[in-house]
Amino acid sequence: MPETIGLHSFILSHFLLTGAVVFALGLVGFLSRRNLIVMFLCTEMMFQGVAISLVAFSRYHANDTGQTFVIFVLTIAAAEAALALGLVVLLFRRKRTLDALAWSQLHG
Amino acid sequence: MDDRAIDIARLIPWLPALSAVVCGVCCTSRKLRVLAAPVCIAAIAAAFVLTLKAYPHVFDDHGHGVFHVSWLFTWIRVGGFTADMSYYLDPLTMVMLIVVTGVGTLVAIYAAGYMAGDRGYARFFAAVSLFIFAMTTLVMADNLVLLYLGWEGVGLCSYLLIGFYYDKPSAVAAAKKAFIVNRIGDLGFALGIFLTYHQFATVQFSELFQILATQPSEASTPVQIIPFLLMLGAFGKSAQLPLYVWLPDAMEGPTPVSALIHAATMVTAGVYMIARLFPLFELSPYALPTVAIVGTATALFAATIAMCQYDIKRIYAYSTISQLGYMFLGLGVASTTAAVFHLLTHAFFKALLFLTAGSVMHSLAGQLDLRHMSGMRRKMPVTCWLMFFGCLALAGFPFTAGFYSKDMILADTLQKGLTGHSTLYTVLAVAGLFVAFLTAFYTFRLWFRVFMGPTKYEMGQEHGHGADHHPDGVSSDIKVEHHHEPHEVNWLMNAPLLVLAAGALLAGYLAHHWIGDMIQGSSARPLRQAIGAHGAAHHATLFGMDLHLAMMYISSVIAVVGIATAAYFHWLNRGAADRVAAKWAGLVRVLANKYYVDELNDSVIVRPLRFIGYLCFVFDRLIIDGLVMTVGFVPRMFGLALRPAQRGALQGYGIGMATGTAVVVLLVLMVYF
Repeated sequence: MPETIGLHSFILSHFLLTGAVVFALGLVGFLSRRNLIVMFLCTEMMFQGVAISLVAFSRYHANDTGQTFVIFVLTIAAAEAALALGLVVLLFRRKRTLDALAWSQLHG
Repeated sequence: MDDRAIDIARLIPWLPALSAVVCGVCCTSRKLRVLAAPVCIAAIAAAFVLTLKAYPHVFDDHGHGVFHVSWLFTWIRVGGFTADMSYYLDPLTMVMLIVVTGVGTLVAIYAAGYMAGDRGYARFFAAVSLFIFAMTTLVMADNLVLLYLGWEGVGLCSYLLIGFYYDKPSAVAAAKKAFIVNRIGDLGFALGIFLTYHQFATVQFSELFQILATQPSEASTPVQIIPFLLMLGAFGKSAQLPLYVWLPDAMEGPTPVSALIHAATMVTAGVYMIARLFPLFELSPYALPTVAIVGTATALFAATIAMCQYDIKRIYAYSTISQLGYMFLGLGVASTTAAVFHLLTHAFFKALLFLTAGSVMHSLAGQLDLRHMSGMRRKMPVTCWLMFFGCLALAGFPFTAGFYSKDMILADTLQKGLTGHSTLYTVLAVAGLFVAFLTAFYTFRLWFRVFMGPTKYEMGQEHGHGADHHPDGVSSDIKVEHHHEPHEVNWLMNAPLLVLAAGALLAGYLAHHWIGDMIQGSSARPLRQAIGAHGAAHHATLFGMDLHLAMMYISSVIAVVGIATAAYFHWLNRGAADRVAAKWAGLVRVLANKYYVDELNDSVIVRPLRFIGYLCFVFDRLIIDGLVMTVGFVPRMFGLALRPAQRGALQGYGIGMATGTAVVVLLVLMVYF
């Protein structure tokens, strides 16, 4: 039944792979960039990677709990984004730069 | 109707408890502070009124004493053990409640004036209210555990109030001394309670007395030990040998506290406890003689020290110890009536004496040294005569309160000596008479020195009770101004003293039959060895007279001679006193230094304990701490080695986390596949 080709023909591993790719991109971005805002965006990306896996599993097991959980994660991520950006603005005002290395006094 | 008044009596301890809370709240604000005194006075006075309302209910229709147990709430119930918050009301409780709440009200009124302007005004009344709560709980308790609660409560309040001027090192030291010395006695008391429960399976008085009434006269050894353990607690609280050392130092507290707690009420708790548990003390043939001997020895010991002290409050402190010794002598000869009678009269006249001493101190800016004041009667006539009446009662001058009660103790002792042909009690009675002479002498030595002779005085260091440490706005300015000259205290302070003076003069005459009925109708009635202060056993005679009558003549003569001797040496011919003192310089030095008991205690007990404490300290530092430090050293070294890995760069930490996670994931994969 060719007309049913759609989401149904994708299998679980496709979604998991997508999630893993998004997560890995975020991780690489976080490790390689020194701009605080970009680093922050990368962490958000890692979040979304995990969220994709959760939704995929939820769908696979026909259990809505995972999707509910993702809704919560998104809400909290939004709140946290507001807070984190505020912090970034404060950090910027202190040093007039967004470079993460400017904040390295706390070394052992 | 009957039950209602008795039920209301359950509120007696709780009104002062409420007042303690309210006064505690008053501490928080300067505006509220003045409210503390009225609240405290009202609560104690209300407790007194409730006592009077409950009073008729402890007698049956024929006027015989009965007891009521008034249950308030369940406190401790574990297995078969019951100790509830419930009250035992009998005539002995009523006598004690009248003393505690009556004298308490008068002292609180006096203190409202005396403590005015002190920074701790509200704190003082909170502690006094708490004290009245604890003391009424103590005398109303229907079981030993509740009695112990009150007992420790009064100890705590005593500690708080001795150390009231907490910025004065001597007051803090005195407070600690009182607390620690009392611990020694209280340990004995606690063990006594344990043993009582172990032997009789109850700590409730009503059940205990029922069991004791049917006990065989030959009690088992553990039972015979109980009174000795309880006795230890009584000796600590009532400042008897060898645990008396805390009471003279306790005079560091404010004077109303000395009057209320350390003269009239708390220190008599030991006397009350023995009277209350008298059936227990009768179980051992040695317990009561021990009480009598310790009491007499204390009376003699403290009276001799009082002869050579110069601090007015300390003289009264030693006098209190000595008078408590009399009460123990009374208990020891199974004359509980006389002991409680002396407790009652002593509460009146000793509170009066302390409060008048406080007035002198108030007016001389803290001066308490006999050598630095003389002829004060012209400056403070009212205080002079009030103290005179107190001194008469303490000296046992005929028909004053102290005369009746002291005579009853001495006559009962002598009667026990003569009728039982016991040399011991005869000797104790003679020693008691000698103490009566010393009492009359030292009491009037003080009075003649302070109020008679040429007017001379040196002001003390304080501008009114610590008000200079605690400047308190306007009131302290007024104080400083009127402290340039000794002055009579105001009538707020003198009015309660008038009541006390009336008690000191008349209580003995009015109460000497009443008290007998009260005690004979309570658990303090001697069951086994009744010598019957007013009973049928009256056949001893002396000089062909009834013994009590003869004793009245003897002690009148002794009191008058003592007063006359004091008048000669300390009023009419003060030079002679100095010559006598110079002749007996060695003795005077020993007495002035209180037989070096504090020094002895210091070298025999305190120093060795301090040394042991030092050894423990060294052990703790070297061995215990050393072990802990070694254990702590290893992780410290790890930390030192790993610390450079933290370089402060955010990416560095990120790589560390990612690598760590990757390693964990790899390990998991390797294990599963």
